[in-house]
Amino acid sequence: MTILDMNVAELKQRLKSRDLSSSELVEASYARIAETEASIQAFLTLDEDRARTAAKAWDEQYAKGEADSLLAGLPIGIKDNIVTDGLRTTCASRFLENFVPVYDSSVSRKLKEAGAITIGKLNMDEFAMGGSNENSAYQTTRNPWDTNRVPGGSSGGSAASVAALQVPFSLGSDTGGSIRQPASYCGIVGLKPTYGRVSRYGLVAFASSLDQIGPLTRTVEDAAHVLQAIAGYDQMDSTSANVEVSSYPSALTGDVKGLRIGVPKEYMGEGVDPVVKAKIMEALKVYESLGATWEEVSMPHTEYAVAAYYLLASSEASSNLARFDGVRYGVRASSPDNLLDLYVKSRSEGFGQEVKRRIMLGTYALSSGYYDAFYLKAQKVRTLIKRDFDEALSRYDILLAPTAPTTAFKIGEQVDNPLQMYMNDILTIPVSLAGVPAISIPCGLADGLPVGLQLIGKPFDEAGLLKAAHAYEQHTEHHKLRPQL
Amino acid sequence: MSIRLENVEHVARLARLELASEEKDRFLGQLNAILNYADKLNELNTDDVAPTTHVLPIHNVLRDDKVRESLTIEQVMKNAPEEEEGQFLVPAVLE
Repeated sequence: MTILDMNVAELKQRLKSRDLSSSELVEASYARIAETEASIQAFLTLDEDRARTAAKAWDEQYAKGEADSLLAGLPIGIKDNIVTDGLRTTCASRFLENFVPVYDSSVSRKLKEAGAITIGKLNMDEFAMGGSNENSAYQTTRNPWDTNRVPGGSSGGSAASVAALQVPFSLGSDTGGSIRQPASYCGIVGLKPTYGRVSRYGLVAFASSLDQIGPLTRTVEDAAHVLQAIAGYDQMDSTSANVEVSSYPSALTGDVKGLRIGVPKEYMGEGVDPVVKAKIMEALKVYESLGATWEEVSMPHTEYAVAAYYLLASSEASSNLARFDGVRYGVRASSPDNLLDLYVKSRSEGFGQEVKRRIMLGTYALSSGYYDAFYLKAQKVRTLIKRDFDEALSRYDILLAPTAPTTAFKIGEQVDNPLQMYMNDILTIPVSLAGVPAISIPCGLADGLPVGLQLIGKPFDEAGLLKAAHAYEQHTEHHKLRPQL
Repeated sequence: MSIRLENVEHVARLARLELASEEKDRFLGQLNAILNYADKLNELNTDDVAPTTHVLPIHNVLRDDKVRESLTIEQVMKNAPEEEEGQFLVPAVLE
């Protein structure tokens, strides 16, 4: 097995016993990127010099027997909407083509403290708006399982990079499914923590009431390790929750006897591909064999989630993206007539089509005369959707469903139809609106493409969610499948 | 409910965007498709439902107004497209 296919525990053990150095690991990562990047195109920026320096420093710590931190000397890739001090952060937008942050996001700071070494910044849909990476202003990342297909999105680079063994794990962000859906398409693990579990300080805001950072990994245990490093209250983000962080890796006992699983029937409806449903039914059999029980549950407002989400997320985006005005950073149009013209021209030149479309939709939904009909209405429907979850999660320990209605689609297939594209998120969006945690884990292949199993947990019970996911993983082989590159 | 070209132009002005005429036409069609879909929300009676702005109980967070470490002027100006003497330079606002 290549060292890049090892999990966190194996890598740490090898580094500790000094069979392996952090420098070797970082070099292996860059070598793998050089070898596969022409076909995958996951990275927008590499941070080679600093990564090599950091690896040497960790090697010295290991030599002294002093490298005790959680991810000491391990490489990581970071989605390009997470601010990294001194490392270009573009959000895959022309607007921020030359933007080099002067501070670290809280997750970057925490990762550094935990010892992780940033390899580079990963491609995404511009400002995290999209589900295919086709909205990147720079490149379309390819799915390692079939390079004619999308990796999903918006954290498509983060997912493809981990699936292609370029890095052992990465960070992504999830607003309506942007960690879980690409994890599903690329056959890896993607965890969206509870809203508020991870600080958003330094995450370039798309929809502030929904955005959440989380890990993309190849095993559930690795997701537990990475979450451990980044979770917790942060005084720099007043929406981060002051809720105790438990030990996630130690929750992974493999025991799910007596676990009560609810299967929302609306998540197994008409729009879901039969090959996907078949994989979910197989997964339920595995849980049954492990002593869990399941029954169908109804979440009647599911069908309204996509409509509510696009109004709310776009409204928040139109407000958040008002900061891109060409004055303090980013693109500035040349020779504007006046200050207003500077704003208008800079924004019109800097933003791509999907970003403009959502700003337009959000501005309309918030504008005078339409606020009640669209924005307020959507907020009320959000309450109904949240109630569905409150009720279902009071009766079951976890909910189980597909992550996405289909496997990865072909590049170009949906670009002209935004509404069709939005429907890929139909099974992840309700979870985001309710703010509860969810994880996508591999549950087999359909026609050679990965299918994702989505588990949904109680607020702040990431430990229970990871435990349930891990038990399944330990009794199946799906997470060991690798794409042929 | 459907929107017209003049609505698209009005919203673009509010959003500080300048759209080419083919962009306006494209957005008109796409926004109408999305808004027609959103009309689905009106199937639900929400008269007695409170809006959710946030899933967590959010409170104002206050702290003592004490001076603490912050970015230097040089750092703040590092990404400025144009600057003059530590300030962001923009076209004249007053004649």
